[in-house]
Amino acid sequence: MSAAASEFDGTIVVLAGGLSHERDVSLRSGRRVAQALRDLGCSVLESDVTPELFWMLQTASDPVVFPVVHGGVGEDGSLRQVLELLDVPTVGASATAARLAFDKSICTPVVATAGVRVPRQAALPQEMFQELGAQPLIARLAEEFGFPLVVKPARGGSALGYSKVTQASELPAAIVGAFSYSPVVVFEEFIDGVEVAVGVIDRGSGPEALPAVEIRPRSGAYDYTARYTAGETRFIVPAEIDADVAAECAEMAVSAHVRLNLAELSRADIIVGPDGPVFIETNVAPGLTETSTVPLGIEAAGLGLASLCLDLVRVARQRHLSRHAG
Amino acid sequence: MHLPDPLHRDTVLDTYVDHYAERTHGMSVSAVRALFSVANRPEVVSLAGGMPNIADLPRIELGAAVDRLIRENGTQAMQYGSGQGELVMRERICDVMALEGIRANPDDVVVTCGSSQGLDLVTRLFCDPGDVVLAEAPTYVGAIGTFNSYQAEIHHVAMDDDGLRPDDLRTAIRTLRAAGKKVKFLYTVPNFQNPSGITQSLERRRDLLAVAREEDLLIVEDNPYGLLQLDADEPTPAIRSLDGDNVIYLGSFSKTFAPGFRVGWVLAPHAVRERLLIAQEAATLCPPVFSQFVISQYMTDFDWKGQIVAFRDMYRARRDAMLTGLAEHMPAGTSWTHPRGGFFVWVTLPEGIDAYALLPRAVTAKVAYVPGTAFFTDGLGSRNMRLSFCFPTAERILEGTRRLGEVLHNELEIHKTFGLGVDVPRHIDATGAPAPNIS
Repeated sequence: MSAAASEFDGTIVVLAGGLSHERDVSLRSGRRVAQALRDLGCSVLESDVTPELFWMLQTASDPVVFPVVHGGVGEDGSLRQVLELLDVPTVGASATAARLAFDKSICTPVVATAGVRVPRQAALPQEMFQELGAQPLIARLAEEFGFPLVVKPARGGSALGYSKVTQASELPAAIVGAFSYSPVVVFEEFIDGVEVAVGVIDRGSGPEALPAVEIRPRSGAYDYTARYTAGETRFIVPAEIDADVAAECAEMAVSAHVRLNLAELSRADIIVGPDGPVFIETNVAPGLTETSTVPLGIEAAGLGLASLCLDLVRVARQRHLSRHAG
Repeated sequence: MHLPDPLHRDTVLDTYVDHYAERTHGMSVSAVRALFSVANRPEVVSLAGGMPNIADLPRIELGAAVDRLIRENGTQAMQYGSGQGELVMRERICDVMALEGIRANPDDVVVTCGSSQGLDLVTRLFCDPGDVVLAEAPTYVGAIGTFNSYQAEIHHVAMDDDGLRPDDLRTAIRTLRAAGKKVKFLYTVPNFQNPSGITQSLERRRDLLAVAREEDLLIVEDNPYGLLQLDADEPTPAIRSLDGDNVIYLGSFSKTFAPGFRVGWVLAPHAVRERLLIAQEAATLCPPVFSQFVISQYMTDFDWKGQIVAFRDMYRARRDAMLTGLAEHMPAGTSWTHPRGGFFVWVTLPEGIDAYALLPRAVTAKVAYVPGTAFFTDGLGSRNMRLSFCFPTAERILEGTRRLGEVLHNELEIHKTFGLGVDVPRHIDATGAPAPNIS
C-alpha cells in the first residue's frame, strides 16, 4: 500500500455501467479508475447500477462512491439522489447540480448567468412539433439560427444524436435522430473554431482548471467513433491557442463549474470561435477511458490519474463530513 | 495548491497508427456496438443475439464425463493434437453430416476452431485483395467481416422465398467477369439463413449447382442450423450431398451442442483439403484438442440426437411466440419471414422507417435487435431488422415484440409529424456490425 493510500482507510466503490447508451464507455472508465486506485493500494469495489449496490454500500467499510456512470441516470441526478438518500459520500456534483448540468436546455442559460459566453439556443420537446405541426416550427428555427446549425438531444452525451445541419432539407431527419436519444431537442447556432476540453478538479483548495486539451478529429467530426477509437483523433495539450485565450478557457470552465456547483470534478467543452471561447456544455461524470480528454489534462498537469482520483475521494468524504458537522 | 506549468503532448493515443495493415482500415469503434453493450443487461429483451440456449444440456452428467476424461485420458486430451483434427472427432462429424444426406470420408474433414475459422481458412486459400465473393442479399454479418479482412469484395445476389435466385447468380458472375473481376466463390447459408431465416428449396439448390458448374464457380455451403428444423416437413438435402466436387461444406457444433467448445469443420474436395490442412497448421497448429475429446465423448455416451430433438421443441415454441408477437404488435406495413427452422426472423419495416436510426429508441424502450444494414455491404437493409428467437424465453419474446411494436408505432407518429417518408439508403461498414456474441 502506498503512503497516499495508507492515509485513506475506507472503501472506494467505483460505480460504472448503467443502462444508458454510454454504458460501454462507462464500463471502460470504471475499470480504469478502479485499477488505478487498486494500484495505489486502495480497497476498491466495483458495481454496476443493480440492486446489489445497496448491499455493497451497506456492507463496505466506510464507503465513498466514485461514480463514472455516463449519460442517463448516471448524470441526470437520479443516481446521485439515491446516494444522497443513502447518505454515502460521493465524488462530484450533488443530485440537484447534476440535474441542472445534464440538461443542455437548462445548463446553457444557467451558465450564461455567470457571464459566460454561450451559443444562441432554443429547446423544444417532441410534443410541440406534434401539437403545433412541424413545418412552421422548422421554418422558424431555420430562420432564427441559419445554417449550419446544431441539433442535439438535450440530455445525452458522446455526441450520440448530434447533427450539424447544413441545409433545411436535412433538418427533419436530424431532429428525429436527436429525439431518438432524448424527448427534448436543442437547437444552437454553430460555432466554428478550435474545439477544446477543459477538466476542472477540486483537490481541497477550490476548483482549478486542468490544461485545455485541443481536439482534432481526423474525420473532421468529433463523433462517437472519433471519441473512442485510438488513432482517430489528434489531441494536443496544452491546446495550441494563445496564452490569454487559454486563460479565458480555464476561467470559463471554472466559472461554469462554480455556477453549477459541480464539486470535485467536471469537464467543460468549449469552442474557441472567431469572437473568443464559447461554452458548449459540461459533463459531471466525464469519460476517464484511455481515449478521454480529462486523463490527458491530468497528465499534462503533472498529476497521476490514481493519486488525483484518491484526492477527489478524500475531498468528497471531507465535504460529506463537513455537511454533517455543519 | 497550484498546478505546475503543463507538460506538452501531441498524441493520437496510438503509437502504431501509421503502421497498421491496409486491411485494418475501418476497424473502429461504432455507436451501434455501444448500444449492444446495453442489450446484455437483463432488463433489456435482446432479440439481437444469436446465442443458442444451452441451459437444457445435461450439464451435471457432462461434468462427470469431463472429469472422467481428464482422469483417464487427460494426457492425450490436453496435449497438442493432429492439425486435421482427431480421427475420432472426424468420424463423429461424418455421423452428423450423414443426417443431412452427406456421405463423407473422415480423411476429407478438417476440424476447425468453430466454422468461423473454416470460413477464414477457405477465404485465405482463395481470395487475393480485390477478388469477389458472391453472397446472399442479405448475408451473415460474420462472413462479411471475414471477407473484408482479406480485402475481398462482396457482391450480393438477390433472394426470394426459395433462396438465392439462380438467374441473378449467373448474371452477376458474367457481369463481374466481363468487368475483369475474379469471382472466387459463392458463399451461401442454405438452411434457415442467418439473417433472413429463408431456406433454399431443393429445386433451387439443383439450379444453383447447375449454374456453378456451367460457370466454373465454387460453392461454399455454410450449414450451422440445418439440423434445427422446426416444422414437420422433410429436411432439404445439403447442397454438398448433391455434388461432392464443387462444394466446400462448413459445419459446426455451436448450435447443436455448445458454441464455447469452438469446434467446427470443413469438408472439402481432396486437393483443397490438403491446402486447408497446411493453412490450419500455420494458423493454430491444431484445432482445440480438449474440446474435440469432450464432444466425441458426448456423442458416444449421450443421446445427442435426442438432445437435438429437444432443442427443436424448445426453439419451435420460441419461434411461434415471436411470430405470434409480431402478428399482434407490428404496425401495418410491416412484414416478416416465417422461418421453418434456425434462429432468425427477418422483418421489413414500413416505408421510411430506418431500423438503424430506430435502435437507440428501441434500446431506451429496453428491446434490442440488429439493424438490417449490418448484413449488407452495399448500403441496403435500412428498412430491415433481424430478430432472433433463440435465447430469450417465449414469454420474454412476447414482451420484446410488444415493446418493439410500441417503439415502431411511436416512430411512425414522429415520421408523420415531420413529413418523413423517404427511405434513405445508409451505408454501414463492418465495424457497425454487432460483436461476435451478437452475430
